[in-house]
Amino acid sequence: MSTLPIIGVWLGGWAINLWLARFDTRASRAAVAAIFGLTLIALWEMTVRIHEVPAVILPAPSQIAASIVQNRSLLVTDFVQTILRGALTGWVIGATAAILAAIAIDRSPFLQKGLLPIGNFVAALPIVGIAPILVMWFGFDWHSKAAVVVVMVFFPILVNMVAGLRATDALQRDLMASWAAPYGASLILMRLPAALPFLFNGLKITTTLALIGAIVAEFFGSPTKGMGFRISTAVGRLDLPLVWAEIVVAALAGTCFYAIVALIERRATFWHPSQRNNRG
Amino acid sequence: MPRLRLPRPDLGGILPVSTVLLVIVAVWYAAAIGMNARWERDQAARAGTQVSAMQMVGLTLTQDRPVLPAPHQVAAGLYQGLAGQKITSPRSLVWHAWVTLSATLAGFGIGAVAGTALAIGIVHSRSMDQSVMPWAVASQTVPILAIAPMVIVVLSSMGITGLLPKAIIAAWLSFFPVLVGMVKGLRTPDAMQMDQMRSWNASRTQIFWHLRLPSSLPYLFASLKVAIAAALVGTIVGELPAGATAGLGARLLSGSYYGQTVQIWAALFTAAALAAILVAIVARIERGTLARIGHRA
Amino acid sequence: MSVIDAQNVSLTFPTADGPVHALSAVNLSIERGDFVSFIGPSGCGKTTLLRSIAALETPTGGSLSVAGRDPDAARRARAYGYVFQAPGLFPWRTIAGNIALPLQIMGFSKSERAERVARVLDLVELGGFGNKYPWQLSGGMQQRASIARALAFDADILLMDEPFGALDEIVRDRLNEALLQLWRKTGKTIGFVTHSIPEAVYLSTRIVVMSPRPGRISRIIDSPLPADRPLDIRDTPEFIALAHEVREALRDGHGHD
Repeated sequence: MSTLPIIGVWLGGWAINLWLARFDTRASRAAVAAIFGLTLIALWEMTVRIHEVPAVILPAPSQIAASIVQNRSLLVTDFVQTILRGALTGWVIGATAAILAAIAIDRSPFLQKGLLPIGNFVAALPIVGIAPILVMWFGFDWHSKAAVVVVMVFFPILVNMVAGLRATDALQRDLMASWAAPYGASLILMRLPAALPFLFNGLKITTTLALIGAIVAEFFGSPTKGMGFRISTAVGRLDLPLVWAEIVVAALAGTCFYAIVALIERRATFWHPSQRNNRG
Repeated sequence: MPRLRLPRPDLGGILPVSTVLLVIVAVWYAAAIGMNARWERDQAARAGTQVSAMQMVGLTLTQDRPVLPAPHQVAAGLYQGLAGQKITSPRSLVWHAWVTLSATLAGFGIGAVAGTALAIGIVHSRSMDQSVMPWAVASQTVPILAIAPMVIVVLSSMGITGLLPKAIIAAWLSFFPVLVGMVKGLRTPDAMQMDQMRSWNASRTQIFWHLRLPSSLPYLFASLKVAIAAALVGTIVGELPAGATAGLGARLLSGSYYGQTVQIWAALFTAAALAAILVAIVARIERGTLARIGHRA
Repeated sequence: MSVIDAQNVSLTFPTADGPVHALSAVNLSIERGDFVSFIGPSGCGKTTLLRSIAALETPTGGSLSVAGRDPDAARRARAYGYVFQAPGLFPWRTIAGNIALPLQIMGFSKSERAERVARVLDLVELGGFGNKYPWQLSGGMQQRASIARALAFDADILLMDEPFGALDEIVRDRLNEALLQLWRKTGKTIGFVTHSIPEAVYLSTRIVVMSPRPGRISRIIDSPLPADRPLDIRDTPEFIALAHEVREALRDGHGHD
């Protein structure tokens, strides 16, 4: 009955959470989430050990942690190559281009009518599929990865930004008209601030897309570094702890990337009802 | 007093959209000529001949392995793949699309059902809510898709191959949008509506069927559209690992190995069409369902 | 010469169900320093008329002049301040920032902006709230801030479209009183849309009664009330008689509806 301790840990964690959930304070909520996460990790570790699951199939959390410590310089190299050079560069270029394009088509209802349905359409497509083409065009190094990311993040941000620039209400536009505000003034003083919540929505969605694009593009060709490259070669060597170590880094990088953008959003759109509720 | 609004003359979206599409095709042709010209010039230099501008246009648009295939080449490749083969042939795009579609739909079904079920649990149990939701939300920020190929390899080393591993990835990717959307949707009824239900002494089950579920439907469909697109992308990426021979992802990869650019583009357009059709079907069901229960979609 | 002059102004909206005559044959002249109320039922064109004066709508017939020129030129010369039904404050700007916004657009210097903002904040009794955000204030305070914003650039004409319509009666009384004081102090020409008879009678020197289908002026009543009006003037026989007259005019204009 080697599964008994596993069930025991599960029930124990669950019981603590049932009890803690009654308090419903900020600290208890954090504790409940933490206990749930720790319970899962403990269950994982115990299952692997008790049932002697081979590391080729599923390494234990302790083995993954050991692999992270052991391969830290490799992980840092891959992080710089994939996340900073590939994903971040591409994301910044793509976001800038999308914002400028949104402002450019904002003045033309014709372009909006023409581009928006296409933008919405493209935003739902499996764009990551263009990775092999861009790797052919821009070579194996990080430039092709950044190019994939640019294309992947462009349309979601464009669609959000255009919607945001339209988000002013009739009253605000009438006010600007009553002051005879020129186009530039109403753009900078009214429409851009009003568009910020929408823009940040697009920016947040695309943080994950940027990482996906940069990693997946490496499966189609890369120099001998990068997270996607490492994952595919480590799988080949059945070094699963290293694969999981890269996954942990990717997960942490993704969460941090998102959290940083969300933090900037909170600063920039403190006035928006969604942010005000968070504060209360 | 409500402001009288001028009815906007409805030009329709057809003219602007087709104009933009025409511009895209024109730019595409120009880019194809520009990007493929180098190879022709190298060829000509090697042979010691001169190529006139007119010849160049003709040559660049008819290469076998162009850097950028022209639209008509992609169209021909698409036609070849879709209609020019027996649909059971491994060269048929219909067959590859079917392989991808079946895994997508299986995964989408599993993910949507599991996401909805867990959402129902979460809105009814505070401890489940506090345990699972922070992780579910945080997991949205993790590039799960990027590790999909690895999951395939690991599963195949365990002897699980074929449709199932891809469906697992598709299910995983569609699970979270549905979960988060449904939790939000099931929580939309406001305090007044809930109090109204309580004043009638409605049971939890009655509240669920008569209030929570109907008001969650707009959220459900919004997340289903995201989920089905994600499931398709997940399946395609799941087909990328070397060794996979079937599916649109495998087509992309073999095209990129052998420099068959037309094949890549044809597979890409098939995938795009598949995504558009799937999202359109969900949207159609959404309109029908919401209209029937009186939501304004 | 009159500040606002309408000759035979008409405005027709085309709709799916045929044209809607929002304004028909409107003749009106407003003198400098007048406080003119526009009153009438929904659809009588009172807001449309005010918006036409502000060049936010364009009449389809007749001639309209504001401060001696056509309305759009007057708008571009920033001849009027406009207060809408809702405060319409920008949530990302503080109260002071909101009031400074039109000044910023019109190119006032930074010191001039600060000075004017402080002055109009005092005028609407919001001194000390300049650093708050709109969503931190009550509805009445927000509407006062929006009036301050319309006053900040000191246009001679103030156009107000049911500015107090969404407020409760107690707040409304206080703001009415404050508005009258402000009007006396500044001598501005005010156009004021309302659907409250007591409000129109209490505030105005002239009351323009309008009626719908087509939107038109059915009567213009000059107020015999003195310029100095404490709130309890509303209990005097003169006030009650005038309110009665306006009600009668509204009923006549309404026809058999």
